[in-house]
Amino acid sequence: MGFLDINNVTKSYGSVEVLHKVNIAVEEGEFLVLVGPSGCGKSTLLNMIAGLEDITSGEIRIKDARMNGVHPSNRNIAMVFQSYALYPNMTVGQNITFGLEMHGVPKAEREKAMADVAKLLQIEQLLDRKPGQLSGGQRQRVAMGRALVRNPDVFLFDEPLSNLDAKLRVDMRTEIKKLHQNLGTTIVYVTHDQIEAMTLSTRIAVMNGGYVQQLGTPKEIYDTPSNLFVATFMGSPSMNLIRTTIRIEGVAVYAVTQNDRGEEVRLALCAPLDAIKSYDGKDVILGIRPEALTDVEGADHRSSHIESIRNTVTVTEPAGSDTFVATTIGGAECVARMRADAEVLPGQQAEFAFNMEKAVVFDPESENRIL
Amino acid sequence: MAVASSDTAIRTGRFTRTLIYVVLLLFVLFYILPLYIMIVNSVKPLSEITGGGMMSLPSAFTIEPWAKAWSTAQVGVEPTGLRPYFWNSISMVVPAVAISTVLGALNGYILTKWRFRGDTILFGLMLFSCFIPFQIVLIPMAAILGVLGLSGTTAGLVLVHVVYGVGFSTLYFRNYYAAFPTELVRAAQIDGAGFFQIFWRILLPSSGPIIVVCVIWQFTNIWNDFLFGASFASGNGAPMTVALNNLVQSSTGVKEYNVHFAGAILAAMPTLLVYIVAGRYFVRGLMAGSVKG
Repeated sequence: MGFLDINNVTKSYGSVEVLHKVNIAVEEGEFLVLVGPSGCGKSTLLNMIAGLEDITSGEIRIKDARMNGVHPSNRNIAMVFQSYALYPNMTVGQNITFGLEMHGVPKAEREKAMADVAKLLQIEQLLDRKPGQLSGGQRQRVAMGRALVRNPDVFLFDEPLSNLDAKLRVDMRTEIKKLHQNLGTTIVYVTHDQIEAMTLSTRIAVMNGGYVQQLGTPKEIYDTPSNLFVATFMGSPSMNLIRTTIRIEGVAVYAVTQNDRGEEVRLALCAPLDAIKSYDGKDVILGIRPEALTDVEGADHRSSHIESIRNTVTVTEPAGSDTFVATTIGGAECVARMRADAEVLPGQQAEFAFNMEKAVVFDPESENRIL
Repeated sequence: MAVASSDTAIRTGRFTRTLIYVVLLLFVLFYILPLYIMIVNSVKPLSEITGGGMMSLPSAFTIEPWAKAWSTAQVGVEPTGLRPYFWNSISMVVPAVAISTVLGALNGYILTKWRFRGDTILFGLMLFSCFIPFQIVLIPMAAILGVLGLSGTTAGLVLVHVVYGVGFSTLYFRNYYAAFPTELVRAAQIDGAGFFQIFWRILLPSSGPIIVVCVIWQFTNIWNDFLFGASFASGNGAPMTVALNNLVQSSTGVKEYNVHFAGAILAAMPTLLVYIVAGRYFVRGLMAGSVKG
């Protein structure tokens, strides 16, 4: 049992079920990110935690108290909205203390709480201004101040950074993370940006089509995605997916595919035989992250298992820190992440090193991960 | 003149320009003529008007017709002037405008921020009330006023105007609040504000422009209404418009045109004042589609 429990929660609009039996237990101090494409049900779930939408079945518990039917203001939660939702007619100070006022907190206490929060977020000089006079980043801070001042059990963030420009978004991301580390609060954060999810969270719930596809730490999600959806949604550039055939020879397991000259290439999988035995001779999808597909010199030297393929470079994209190199393996366009000074030219042959320790294998039928 | 004298887009010759101004000036005169006639004739003795000098400026200036229209003229059977009827109208129009505006604001708030099953149909039906001709409801309305015991009273007239006005005021506020971010209402809910607190503290302070539009519209309509006033108010309870009619129709002795003109201006004065004071917010309010966060 966690601090925030979501047990078998479903949501239906009429006969359409948009969330299917979601189960998530959040521990105190955790930073849970709900991530997924639009329409996956992540915002609906957040609104249900906040009490802004009814729970069709199942239950949500905060600090072991059942929250179904409890009014949003009595759940001891605070929410930061995508549009910040600052009251346009009130000053920043009034915005921050409005919730306290509604809860009957005496004026002196309100003033003190406001001063503390303003100091923490460095918005002291803005307290007398109206929201319309603030920049995007300042509004963002005020919205967070309004949430912080209540000292809630759970913070809910609904895509709070998506209205900011790219640079400010990165700054505020760091700031939110810092705030979480300093205050140790429990946060549920909704985003469609997988980089935000990776950088901020202690755990990620990847959602699609109303199902939680995978719940785990950022590393688990990234290294061992439970299915093809998670594999392609998380990570940029996304994971390379190569159609291969499993061939078992003695104790060795190979994923067999073709290079761009039509020659057969075999990549030895470092997999226990039992797990893959039933797939002998069948097609599977080999997944490999761009950073596990490099030039030979750039390959991870600690890896026990590097395979290399000689193949034609189709495109190079120097990104400063790295060079992304595209090539065609097994009919699929693959992106390799090579060192910035790797000597590769489009149209020429190059050696591509596969770090097979990082490779994953998916069943093409069920799309679930086998290895 | 072939030389371009300015960098405006349209170049016209002196002749064309003169022509344009002459035509515009004629239009202006044409528009101002009725007001001119009313004002000049309300400040000259009756003899000057009957002597055929309706268009000329007064040779003997007098405010006597105004005083007479206001306090001593024969309205119906009593020589009371328009004064008591003016107050009748005020005591009808103020509560009617206030109540219909408040109800419209509440309706708009509920129809946009507290959606319920069938709300669109309900709104459609309320809109429908804007298009029902007054004449159709006269008799049923009279019956209802009779049942309620409000026949011939100012309170009855207020009720009639509120019922008729609420359709329009709901339309205004619903459309205005539809553009009002729902996230603000949700944030206020989480902050612990109740139904009326959200309305009072969050929505109303941002509703200035639409309140002005609604008040101007309702004030003008209710003040200028003649049919309901003539049908449902009796004798001393009649509003200004009915009294003005009675003043003009009174058939004792000569027709005092100067008094009639003064009375008509008095009857139009309040709506004019409302436009002058709040008019510049009117267009702004009609144009306002969204609230900046």
